Amino acid sequence: MIEVKGLVKHYGLKRAVDNISFTVNRGEILGFLGPNGAGKSTTMKMITGFLQPTAGTVIVNGHDVTREPVAVKQQLGYLPESAPAYGEMTVEEFLTFIAETRGFRGREEKAQRINRALELTHLQSVRAQTIETLSKGYKQRVGFAQALLHNPPVLILDEPTDGLDPNQKNEVRTLIKSMAAEKAVILSTHILEEVEALCTRVIIISQGKVVVDETPAQLRARQPGARLDEIFRTLTHSDV
Amino acid sequence: MSQITPIFKREFLGYFRSPVAYVFLVVFLMASVGLAFFIGQFFRANQASLESYFSFHPWLFLFLIPAVGMRLWSEEKRTGTIELLFTLPLTTLDAVAGKFLAAWAFLSVAILLSFPMAITVGYLGDPDWGVISSSYLGSILMAGSYLGVCSLTSALTKNQVISFVLSVLACLILVFLGWSVFNGALSAVLPVWAVDLVANFSFVTHFDAFTKGIIDPKDVIFFLSLTGFTLFLNVVALER
Repeated sequence: MIEVKGLVKHYGLKRAVDNISFTVNRGEILGFLGPNGAGKSTTMKMITGFLQPTAGTVIVNGHDVTREPVAVKQQLGYLPESAPAYGEMTVEEFLTFIAETRGFRGREEKAQRINRALELTHLQSVRAQTIETLSKGYKQRVGFAQALLHNPPVLILDEPTDGLDPNQKNEVRTLIKSMAAEKAVILSTHILEEVEALCTRVIIISQGKVVVDETPAQLRARQPGARLDEIFRTLTHSDV
Repeated sequence: MSQITPIFKREFLGYFRSPVAYVFLVVFLMASVGLAFFIGQFFRANQASLESYFSFHPWLFLFLIPAVGMRLWSEEKRTGTIELLFTLPLTTLDAVAGKFLAAWAFLSVAILLSFPMAITVGYLGDPDWGVISSSYLGSILMAGSYLGVCSLTSALTKNQVISFVLSVLACLILVFLGWSVFNGALSAVLPVWAVDLVANFSFVTHFDAFTKGIIDPKDVIFFLSLTGFTLFLNVVALER
């Protein structure tokens, strides 16, 4: 469903992403791991068509992101890092805007889409509140609601549980898991337990390169008995 | 192109969701009408015309339109919402056009809210309504060109102060080129055709005809093409 082929991104002389390739199929939840600055976000931004790759491309559901960016964007739900949103709008106004740009113009269909998104993310109680007055956890959920609104076949989530309390984290994980069967999901995270609890596959990138692409069980089997963060450190120590 | 509508709607209503719109409208009306009364000698001229009102527009726009335009893109870049906007299924042109048209419509509202001036003149005397209409048209067209310049400079930086200063500077040049004092000084060193050439790139030169009741296609084309060109550069700047 998502085919990443030889992605490269240069920032000046720096190679932020260096020839990354992988595929994600329907029903898979791919955990994207790596130290800060390893190129996780950059890779995700290229998959969503926000950044132009220096070389390589991404095929989402048969559409090439460099040639048909709009078609790809229709297939995607994207939660950017730290869930940016227009703070002066209320949750409902914001989701209405998203629904309209996603092509839901009929009053009934729009209301139905918005209500479903609010329900999934438990935002009904704050629907009339402006986004800038919400706490971090709620803002994150608004970002989630926005990404889920059109029920996309592909979800790209950049640190979806960042800044949430343990209960909220759990809730978000349950939500992702419940949707995973009919979707392809890529999520980046710093929390290694999350990968074990949630993901069907792990990719660790370090200095812009893929160093691991396997199941969480295989990752754990690399050093039996060791904690996941120890394994992580051994694999990515060259970044420090 | 249908994607322009939701962007336009969000942006235009966005002005009224924050105090920005009200502060701007009040300041704009107080400044424009104040200049006409106190410096333009609106009453003492003893003429049933709005010439003293419109003659200050090129100078007033110099500061007030950058104030509206500076946030168009800088704000999106600063808050990160640009990532959200450009991962929605729309083209850069849709976004640029939607935002521009919304800001232009807002400025047109500000300009047209001076209608009590026109009513006063109509009540006190017998003005030439053709001249008043062409002046309004010229003013709105000129506002579009200013806004195009400001939108472009806003797309170049995420800092609103830099954006403001750059756009004031760019607009200042475009006003100065046609300022009679500047042209007078220039004609001392340059032949007449060269001075005319320089003056032809100015807002003032092309706006003057409108305030005299002349709608010359070449003036209309000047404003529209300048607007179009800056918006084209705007798209290029954002896609780079």
